[in-house]
Amino acid sequence: MSTLDLFSVPPSETADLLPRRFRDWFASRGWSPREHQLALLAKAREERSALLIAPTGAGKTLAGFLPTLVELAGEPGGSKPLRQASEAAVAADPRPKVVSTGRGVRRSSGLHTLYISPLKALAVDIARNLETPVAEMGLPIRVETRTGDTPVSRRQRQRRYPPDILLTTPEQLALLLASDDAPFLFSSLKRIVLDELHALVTSKRGDLLSLGLARLWTIAPQARAIGLSATVAEPEQLARFLVPQPGGESVSADVVIAGGAAPPVVEMLDTRERLPWSGHSARHALPEVYELINRNKTTLVFVNTRSQAEMLFQDLWRMNDDGLAIALHHGSLDVAQRRKVEDAMAAGRLRGVVCTSSLDLGVDWGDVDLVINIGAPKGSSRLMQRIGRANHRFDEASRAVLVPANRFEVLECRVAIDAIAENAQDTPPLRTGALDVLAQHVLGCACGKPFLSDELYDEVRTAAPYASLARTDFDDVVDFVATGGYALKTYERFARIKQDKQGRWRVTNPKVRQSYRLNVGTIVEETMLKVRLVRSRAGGSGSTGAIARGGRMLGEIEEVFIEGLVPADTFVFGGEVVRYEALVEDQVYVSRANDKDAKVPSYMGGKFPLSTYLAERVRKLLDNSRAWNGLPDQVHDWLSLQRKFSRVPAARELLVETFPRGGSHYLVCYPFEGRLAHQTLGMLLTRRLERGRARPLGFVANEYALAVWGVGDLSFMIRHGKLDLNALFDPDMLGDDLEAWLAESALMKRTFRNCAIISGLIARRFTDEEKSRRQVLFSTDLIYDVLRKHQADHVLLRAARGDAATGLLDLRRLSDMLSRIHGRITHKDLDHVSPLAVPALLEIGRESVYGEASDELLAEAAEELVREATT
Amino acid sequence: MRVSTVTVADVGFVADCSGALFWEERSLLVVSDLHLEKGSSFAARGVLLPPYDTVATLSRLAAVIARHDPRQVIALGDSFHDRDAHARLSEPDREALTALQVRRNWIWISGNHDPALPPSLGGVVATEVAIGPIVFRHEPTGAAGEIAGHLHPKARVPTRGRSIERRCFASDGERAVMPAFGAYTGGLSIRDAAFARIFGSPGFMAHVLGDNRVHAFAATRCY
Repeated sequence: MSTLDLFSVPPSETADLLPRRFRDWFASRGWSPREHQLALLAKAREERSALLIAPTGAGKTLAGFLPTLVELAGEPGGSKPLRQASEAAVAADPRPKVVSTGRGVRRSSGLHTLYISPLKALAVDIARNLETPVAEMGLPIRVETRTGDTPVSRRQRQRRYPPDILLTTPEQLALLLASDDAPFLFSSLKRIVLDELHALVTSKRGDLLSLGLARLWTIAPQARAIGLSATVAEPEQLARFLVPQPGGESVSADVVIAGGAAPPVVEMLDTRERLPWSGHSARHALPEVYELINRNKTTLVFVNTRSQAEMLFQDLWRMNDDGLAIALHHGSLDVAQRRKVEDAMAAGRLRGVVCTSSLDLGVDWGDVDLVINIGAPKGSSRLMQRIGRANHRFDEASRAVLVPANRFEVLECRVAIDAIAENAQDTPPLRTGALDVLAQHVLGCACGKPFLSDELYDEVRTAAPYASLARTDFDDVVDFVATGGYALKTYERFARIKQDKQGRWRVTNPKVRQSYRLNVGTIVEETMLKVRLVRSRAGGSGSTGAIARGGRMLGEIEEVFIEGLVPADTFVFGGEVVRYEALVEDQVYVSRANDKDAKVPSYMGGKFPLSTYLAERVRKLLDNSRAWNGLPDQVHDWLSLQRKFSRVPAARELLVETFPRGGSHYLVCYPFEGRLAHQTLGMLLTRRLERGRARPLGFVANEYALAVWGVGDLSFMIRHGKLDLNALFDPDMLGDDLEAWLAESALMKRTFRNCAIISGLIARRFTDEEKSRRQVLFSTDLIYDVLRKHQADHVLLRAARGDAATGLLDLRRLSDMLSRIHGRITHKDLDHVSPLAVPALLEIGRESVYGEASDELLAEAAEELVREATT
Repeated sequence: MRVSTVTVADVGFVADCSGALFWEERSLLVVSDLHLEKGSSFAARGVLLPPYDTVATLSRLAAVIARHDPRQVIALGDSFHDRDAHARLSEPDREALTALQVRRNWIWISGNHDPALPPSLGGVVATEVAIGPIVFRHEPTGAAGEIAGHLHPKARVPTRGRSIERRCFASDGERAVMPAFGAYTGGLSIRDAAFARIFGSPGFMAHVLGDNRVHAFAATRCY
């Protein structure tokens, strides 16, 4: 929290807003209140909701809680003290507040302030931090947390004797709202504090939270919200989230922006080594990274994926002659393990932590003096938030070093540094609320108290993401929750919710309620497989021995990752290189490999694609050869060679190169739209090329380029008018071709699975009774196939398509790109691979390669077997 | 469509990529594990799966029957997902089923999911049927000349760059286990110990269902 007063606020105004007890407390700590802290007090007094935009280290949390603390202290500085009468009683008597509905005894009020955080660790940490001012000022305030870890006895007590301030997560809020106690708990609510709002609103958790807020506005119309956020591109849009949206028009909470933060000092590592053409390990720069860790007090080293973190950690320790305390932190590690690292970090015992986005948010550590970002920054806001993790003293510059892992990433780092210098933000726009989340919420509402469709529809639309929800969509969702929403009305007797005589929807049996409670939430974990270490099957591939069962458990790994492997592939797991032997049910069998390097880097790009904004800047940078002077010599030379042998793409055009190589023919294009959109483009292009008899064999996509190869001579076909590139890249591929592909797309099936789970069609957690009946697993792929064929407009398919626009398939971005380059394709007919194409081609064999036609792949695999067997 | 063959006790069956076997000489079509009304069975327990599985399964069955026009059809057990499932058939589905049975010998082999089927369904109900050197029963025992279902075999095949998982026939020339035909039927990996017990060794083949043909792999190549 803060150490310095950067602002001059007139003392009289301070005195007016901040009661004496508080002023004294600030002074006793050597602090004075910051301007934005006072601004939030003023907003609270005016009964206004507010969004505070402030960098880390600005005393944001205290700012969010000051109005609460002042009000609960019963000081005249606060807004109308609601509870003065009971306050004295509580202060005098440490026992829980008396709850009685009897005449003459004042009924204890419920919560005063609700705090929601995306991380339960953060909620726990904030609770601990609040204890300090509460204790030191002797405030009569009870602060409690409620997370998945809170014991049942405490939860029950919280419902009967609510604390003044409850700190919790969006999921726990949903559960509380679905309970009978919701009106008692929340009707007295005055303040809602939403922490790390910028992070919450980008996902379905944000949708769930927005619906929870809509409930709260109904139960407690007097409640006002304070949002705490890092800097975003459109604060006014984010501020809509905090206030009920009246039908038709858009309203926002007031925005308070904390100024005065020192701009960060960001540089790109100018490596002494040769810059790799491709890959994401940045292994060339490891000695330099190690030096940086050694030269600084505490360094956070961010990477983009879990496996990258594993590999980097392993490599750093291999060269750690000084025995520096370097730790590892990522989301797949055991919670206790992560907590241990965090504690060691907080205690200043670590010199470096290699981490993933698992540390993008969270508890403040004061003493980080350097952030290193390995690989692609992906987005400027994202990078700024990471950099903000260094040096939480608001008034001092954070320091960061970007380490590009390949030449394209140099371009990305360069434009990211420029964007940061301009403080240009590229956070995504506010989401449109997802229908699967709405389904979960509707069931939750019915679990709480019977509802009328008309009323709930109006309430839901007060939530910003659902402000323009169509009535038909809402009705379809209710129908889905009731009987599955099928055109064939055969499930009436199995309904989960039914209308009573007054038309109110109520839950039909207690099991529905139980299942809702078990399955609340929008975070769908990947299907994980158990990894067991066994002895290698002798003889390498083609061996016939049965797999030795049993073996030591090494941990768990994502099913999606394993599906991309073939036996004998090696990968890093739990810090060692292992060889993939077999997959049997939910067990992955691996043996110890003696290789130093894993064959499969399992990069998988991380969760987030390159932001549209940075992509555009990269295209502009390429287009402006004068700006290349700011790039390292190796990259400058690379681009100059590209200009000489082919062409450097102009900002608005799509460059397409074709050339022969090693018996195959290649087509490489450079849309710079991120791996996900490129992957979808690759799927669709190969379909079209197949139809055009170009006989494509596969493709590989990275963040910048897409390379397709095949048997047919593409250059020849283009030259002789047998292949028209404008037609090939025509946006009409998003019509029938897309539909045909979606029918079998594994990515679409994964997207659908998430919707099926979140909407409550398929449970992921079961009661003991259900488990014993073995109705546990059902493949959502089968549901997808059947539903698609028989009711293509079903609400869950609509939800999945909505997700596909921005999620794993990134369709919207692909669509925007196709319109952008329409009629602007430049073709280069080359004799051999161009400098710009080299990185993409080098990734063949390292990244997953896709082929469409399963029959061809199966036939090829079968023939390979014959060849092996006969030679 | 290329014809693939699964041989059991010197009888060559056409392996249809829908998961059916056709014995040309006898004009006999065999399908296994239809699991009709599995959707409504789940719905009764609160999992509201789309109620289209029966119509999906029956239309695929109609297609394969149209392809081979068999005089006899054997449904190799677990044709219905539970004991009451036949009673939940919708009228159009019941009619579709009856239409398929016209001018055909239809044999329902009973399975563990459907041990007792009423005569109103048409056809004959039996626990097993022997035709020539072949015995058809629901649960595999490993006996020579046996064609069974029950296990829902599937195989994951490594191909270039990725792996493909599909339903498959499992056979060693002496006996075979058929893939499940139903729209809502999952699968059991052929690397599961259950298959090793039936075949006595891992040296059997997986005939993997492709989109338009069936591909043969040594089971040890799959995973």
